[in-house]
Amino acid sequence: MAKKSKPKVAVWKFASCDGCQLSLLDCEDELLAVTERIEVANFPEASRAVIKGPYDLSLVEGSITTPHDAERIQKVRRSSKFLITIGACATAGGIQALRNFKDVNEFTSIVYAKPEYIDTLKKSTPISEHVKVDFELRGCPIDKAQLIEVISAFLKGRKPNTPAHSTCIECKRRGTVCVMVSQGKMCMGPVTHAGCGALCPSYNRGCYGCFGPKETPNTGSLSAWLKNQGAADDEILRTYRGFNAYAEPFRKESELYEKENEND
Amino acid sequence: MAEEIIIDREGLDQLIHVLREMGFQVAGPTVRDEAIVYESIRSINDLPEGWTDEQKGGYYRLKKRSDKALFGYVVGPHSWKKFLHPPERRLWQAKQDGNDFEIIPEELATPKFAFLGVRSCELHAIAIQDKVFLDDTYVNTDYKIRRENAFFIAVQCGQSAGTCFCVSMKTGPKAESGFDLAMTEILNDDGHYFVVEVGSEQGRKLMEKIPHRQAHSKEVEQANHIVNETGIQMERVLDTTDLKELLYKNLEHPQWDDIANRCLSCANCTMVCPTCFCSTVEDVTDITGEHAERWQKWDSCFTMDFSHLHGGEVRSSTKSKYRQWLTHKLASWQDQFGSSGCVGCGRCITWCPVAIDLTEEIPKICDSTTQNTSTPVKNEAPNEIP
Repeated sequence: MAKKSKPKVAVWKFASCDGCQLSLLDCEDELLAVTERIEVANFPEASRAVIKGPYDLSLVEGSITTPHDAERIQKVRRSSKFLITIGACATAGGIQALRNFKDVNEFTSIVYAKPEYIDTLKKSTPISEHVKVDFELRGCPIDKAQLIEVISAFLKGRKPNTPAHSTCIECKRRGTVCVMVSQGKMCMGPVTHAGCGALCPSYNRGCYGCFGPKETPNTGSLSAWLKNQGAADDEILRTYRGFNAYAEPFRKESELYEKENEND
Repeated sequence: MAEEIIIDREGLDQLIHVLREMGFQVAGPTVRDEAIVYESIRSINDLPEGWTDEQKGGYYRLKKRSDKALFGYVVGPHSWKKFLHPPERRLWQAKQDGNDFEIIPEELATPKFAFLGVRSCELHAIAIQDKVFLDDTYVNTDYKIRRENAFFIAVQCGQSAGTCFCVSMKTGPKAESGFDLAMTEILNDDGHYFVVEVGSEQGRKLMEKIPHRQAHSKEVEQANHIVNETGIQMERVLDTTDLKELLYKNLEHPQWDDIANRCLSCANCTMVCPTCFCSTVEDVTDITGEHAERWQKWDSCFTMDFSHLHGGEVRSSTKSKYRQWLTHKLASWQDQFGSSGCVGCGRCITWCPVAIDLTEEIPKICDSTTQNTSTPVKNEAPNEIP
């Protein structure tokens, strides 16, 4: 069989903590196999070597928070055949999207000695608000097994197995006892996208919703139940205001509780 | 084979040891993470001595008992399904071989299970899954081996939980058949012992190795009294009269919308249900593409992928998904498998994070006074059999 040239893969960073792209370096056992199959063309966390585009696949980490980045993502898109976002920042705006609910100028005036030097957008937005995204990989951070799965699927031209159902199914498959039912803990599992393997409940904690909203999230019912169990409105608000606060179902639900607070 | 014998706590411990020596993996109730779950056990020390459970919709709490009962609770989050129909199982692997590939079949290295503490509703649930996996043209070989090798030690329920309704479903509380041994735990001034009913030849042979004596008629009476009382205690009721027809008649009842407003479509009810049997198949390749695997995993009719066909989902609304689940469980299951798919164990009520209770919903759905007789909604086939 004639050897085809290896697909060129680039990793891009926008507003983010680097945790998701480090998941790629964290794939220790698979890393050699990965680099045998793909040509890492641009990955500053791993190497200073940069190979010019166009790229077969771009993995994009981080959200768009500055005018400069808003331009840069257009260039990334133009030079990429496939564009996959990795993680909550790139997919939903990330934890930094908490500023979307407030006035960012107030923050810059408090935080920076010379706020006029700060050139930032009012909102932290997901990549999909700026360019066409071919696939979104969820998580804060992403799960490295899922990253390998997505890259493998891309290489073979098949659909990745990244189910969009609830985290509850992962709890039940691994035999974890429901922390909501058996301990009355707040848990985002029933409205959260699977992918982490239901990590937190297996350590006796409620799910924090790191993988964002699942396919059919009934946040209204979950909130009503939490309220019925004695959760205060601001607790419910904060439950949705995590790493995926700006993902639409979580954003809309949290805003209901913000309004209710204001009316109090 | 109506012969009842008596064993004490030490006898039960020995029973576990003998089963282990015979090569069985003994699985039974044990306390883990604030609940009584089914896991491998090595001795009676692993059993939930002195524990009980309190259950209602969306609520389960472990409570201390005032005595040292070993089986003084009802059913928990797990069912025996996890051993007989495992949540995740590799079906086969494939290896690239030049331009061809080679299939590597999975070795059926299934353990021989002895299940200790199986309740009547659970024996009925296993009988229902037998119909699904064995009584068909296509037999699930893995299930068949697990099932045929399994040894069943039933425990007669000494109490019912707030979510139990086996009496309504005619599946309990007394285990009548389907076991090798059935024990009733007795704790009184005379001590702590078990009245054991032998249900099979294998059970009888095993008991020969365990110190025991014949039960007096009074002890047998007392054992019967305990399980009868459990049935009398059971407060939750589901009227199953004409249930299938009533559900079919009420497919457009407004109560389905009311349920859909609360249902999280999280799939917990289907995962904990001891008869829900659906699974999906996932094909994965590794990064080299030289190695592929096919996995079977528990699935649920509450996911979008479940009914995804070319062009989209057959059942996209939560209303249609819940309706499919409930009408299959209680109505079309009868057409498909000749019995109800519900055994009244109450798990779907306890483990629903928002306490949706089918015994409360069904009377509302089947109440003809609020029946909505409007024409069926388009694009939502209500009653497919999976």
